[in-house]
Amino acid sequence: MAGDATKTLSNDVLWGGGRSPFSISYGKMMMWFFLVSDALTFSGLLVAYGFVRHSTLEAWPIGEEVFRALPGLSGSYPLIYVALMTAILIFSSVTMVLAVEAGHRMDKKGVIKWMFLTVLGGAFFVGSQAWEWSHFIHGGGGYITTADGSKYWVHNDTHDTHDPANAPGFHLVAAQPGHYLIPAEGTHHLDHDASLKLWNERVNYVDGANMTRNEYGPPQYANFFFFITGFHGFHVFSGVVINIIVLIMAIQGVFHRRGHYEMIEKAGLYWHFVDLVWVFVFTFFYLL
Amino acid sequence: MERDDIIEYSLDAHHSEEDGRKIRRKIWMVTALLAVVTAIEVLVGAYWKEWFPGAWTAVKWAFVFLTLVKATYIVMTFMHLGDERRNIRAIILLPYALFILYLLWIALMESNFVHWSWSTMQ
Repeated sequence: MAGDATKTLSNDVLWGGGRSPFSISYGKMMMWFFLVSDALTFSGLLVAYGFVRHSTLEAWPIGEEVFRALPGLSGSYPLIYVALMTAILIFSSVTMVLAVEAGHRMDKKGVIKWMFLTVLGGAFFVGSQAWEWSHFIHGGGGYITTADGSKYWVHNDTHDTHDPANAPGFHLVAAQPGHYLIPAEGTHHLDHDASLKLWNERVNYVDGANMTRNEYGPPQYANFFFFITGFHGFHVFSGVVINIIVLIMAIQGVFHRRGHYEMIEKAGLYWHFVDLVWVFVFTFFYLL
Repeated sequence: MERDDIIEYSLDAHHSEEDGRKIRRKIWMVTALLAVVTAIEVLVGAYWKEWFPGAWTAVKWAFVFLTLVKATYIVMTFMHLGDERRNIRAIILLPYALFILYLLWIALMESNFVHWSWSTMQ
């Protein structure tokens, strides 16, 4: 923590200039350098997202309108699921820093306990992200575009997207221009016959999301969603793997025999970085 | 081969039970702060239209500011960069800040121009 900023070192081990300017081990310094380069990669992705969003002329989807579902519940819960994922990741960051603190006291039991909770939190986060991706890809029923360019949301009782017009309860709802996810003001659910007429005259039907089109907005929106959250999710996954390896080593007593738990600190730096990136993804992808 | 000229810096990070209690207290304080800031962000994100109608620009900058506050606490406390020497802090943060400020500036300039030129073509 404090390093040896105040300690006088023997001249034999100092740098040519007679000082030890960083007072930090090789491993930790290299981890920091890696994190800086990784941070530049993520910044590049988020800036590219900002560039596309800023330059586009089309309406861009709004986070609280796209992400408002909870598993197993119907109804609208804007951003609650993302907030839950954020809370899980922040708390697994806290357990990680507590593991580092326990390591500084050579408390093997404490390290194992907190590392185990960190792994658990990370696994929960990856699982949550899998659900969110699945929900994003399947979408909320899709919309049709008519010849005059107006959009209508497709509803039916069984959430059938293969043959929605023949499913029970089929009807259309007019969408607000520029905000496809919000029903137009003053419009009601169209009745079955009017819906069927518009359905048969549709120009296209977009449901869910893939790399070429999606029901939320411009194609780049889904592309950036998949790339940014996917790249971050891959970091979380590899972080969980690293944490599991470090946890096993801690259980075997490798670090205790070594006399210090610096490996926990290095794995911790990576894990906190993953949390740090999520803080920015959360703001710039979901909130703004 | 054992080398005897390598300093084991991590041993200096060891601390006593009493210091540990202080450090853990700080960790939980920062945790509470991060949780509160995230809760505020989510609530404002979900309900800003009802609470602050028409103030999107202010809300947006508030989000950016709160994000930087969270990032500072994560980097300085959780990643212990605040406890490292000034030199290591500088070589991590300054080059990064330099590149990102430049990238942000150029991306905003360019995207403004692209937006403007596309809208004139219509």
